[in-house]
Amino acid sequence: MSLVTLRNLSKSFRRDSEAIAVFDGINLEFAAGSFTVLMGPSGSGKSTLLNLLAGLDRPTGGTVVVGDAEVSSMSLGGLAAWRSRHVGFVFQSYNLLPVLTAYQNVELPLLLTRLSKAERREHVMTALGVVGLTDRAEHFPRQLSGGQEQRVAIARAIVSDPTIILLDEPTGQLDAKSAAEILALLQRLNREFRKTIIMVTHDPHAAAAAGTVLHLDKGVLTS
Amino acid sequence: MRFFPLVWANLTRHKRRTVLTTASVALALFLFATLRSVVTTLEAGAQVGSESRMIVQSAKAIVFLLPMSYKERLQAVPGVQAVTWADWFGGVYQDPKNFFATFAADPASYLEMYRSDMTIPAEQRAAFLQERTACIVGQHLMDKFGWHLGQNVTLAGTIFPGDWTFTIRGVYRATNPAFSEDAVMFHYEMLYERYPRFVQPGWYVLELKDPSLAPQVASRVDSMFKNSSDPTKTGTERAFNSGFVTMWGNVSFLMNSIGMAVVFAILLVAANSMMLSARERINEIGVLKTVGFGDRLLFGMVIAEASTIALGGAILGLGLAKALYRSTGFTAMGFLPGFDVTGGTLAIGLGIAVLLAVASGLVPALNAARLSAVAALRHVE
Repeated sequence: MSLVTLRNLSKSFRRDSEAIAVFDGINLEFAAGSFTVLMGPSGSGKSTLLNLLAGLDRPTGGTVVVGDAEVSSMSLGGLAAWRSRHVGFVFQSYNLLPVLTAYQNVELPLLLTRLSKAERREHVMTALGVVGLTDRAEHFPRQLSGGQEQRVAIARAIVSDPTIILLDEPTGQLDAKSAAEILALLQRLNREFRKTIIMVTHDPHAAAAAGTVLHLDKGVLTS
Repeated sequence: MRFFPLVWANLTRHKRRTVLTTASVALALFLFATLRSVVTTLEAGAQVGSESRMIVQSAKAIVFLLPMSYKERLQAVPGVQAVTWADWFGGVYQDPKNFFATFAADPASYLEMYRSDMTIPAEQRAAFLQERTACIVGQHLMDKFGWHLGQNVTLAGTIFPGDWTFTIRGVYRATNPAFSEDAVMFHYEMLYERYPRFVQPGWYVLELKDPSLAPQVASRVDSMFKNSSDPTKTGTERAFNSGFVTMWGNVSFLMNSIGMAVVFAILLVAANSMMLSARERINEIGVLKTVGFGDRLLFGMVIAEASTIALGGAILGLGLAKALYRSTGFTAMGFLPGFDVTGGTLAIGLGIAVLLAVASGLVPALNAARLSAVAALRHVE
């Protein structure tokens, strides 16, 4: 069953008076509970596609539908609210807030919900438990290794139980051992918790962890 | 409130910067409260002056003296209940910086004239009136110099040269907040003995039977001496006090202008600090937008940061001004009796702090709200 549907999706940027097309007329579906990897050279449009799926950017044409929601037609305010409930996003450079502890970083998406402090605590500790970092809850990002920071970022992405988890080069800054741990964690989230995962990567080892691998080159899906 | 820990974490990111910015706001509002309190105290002093008392001074200038013979003629003016007079002595205690108001006066009539503005124990009053070298001193001045009843105090005359020793026989307390407790008053005879040619009234004070008679009395008095060698200018005590305020020039304008200039300078400092802080966090704003924080929420959080600094600084500065001047009984050497930071000044100070918060936080808050998540995430310092 399709959870995410892209129909005739196009995106272009303007540089001065010139329009530069990133991709034009992409049609694609992601099934619920799938683990898909998007690969391709730099500038192929992988991250742009991820941003469109997350509602961080707007397509030039076509539609993006996630579940029942047509993301591409939402207002900016509606998109922010939608993201808080349905999207978990993991960045290459972790992007934890340095002034907050691991616990507070994971709690961020829950601040936008109506959950009580006790309920939020329960959710945060569960998410940190899934990534194996309950004992680091009060540590600040500077006190964690790169791999641990990325696990906290994943905990932040899953804490609100989103519809889809999007990852942009999540192992790009990690050593081999930490990268393997992160990939194992993502496989567990997909298999054990049935999370729908879409990951952009250059890393063939990372691609091997996924069920489906798509290649994007110059804005065209090649496989 | 659930977002306050996030606001607080951002404020404590650069503790030194936040402390210095808050301190600069506190200093600005402390100065503002001080300068405005000078204005309000002067204005209050002018307003508190009695409407039932009139001051007769030389029409040429306050520094010109009036003949002693005017007393009986003033007493005879219809509507005048009582007459007293005083002369400015000038004088310092031990050091030129220890300067305060010192008057030579006609003691019995002077005490009677100001019976509703100050209180002095009956036995001290009697002792003062009986002894020509005695003086009375305000309680605040007694406390300031640690003087005690019966002590001999020597003042160095500035207008009337020489050392002048008085015995403190009475201590008065002001029952009217605008009546100074930083003053010394003594018998004019003491001056007269040493300088008989120069001791004359600096001004007369008239007590009216009815305040509504003031215009007629003023007109009658000034007409009476119009063609003499010492013409007079008569007005209510309130107008006389106001005249002292305007004699300083446009004090209100000057003080308010300086106060506003200080606040504006601090506004630039605070705004610069807020913009620097927001600029450093553009990437984090992108992360928060990705997580689902809306534009309005981010706008509010940046304004909340600016408000915490501005209001925190305001509470510190205004609170310090209020507490400091109240606890020390500051009166600017007696020139500003009843000096106090009023509720109105505190309210205006807080209003300025709110404006400061909005003005310093508005640009960075708008930038944070308007920035697209993708652009923010791409931002590299």
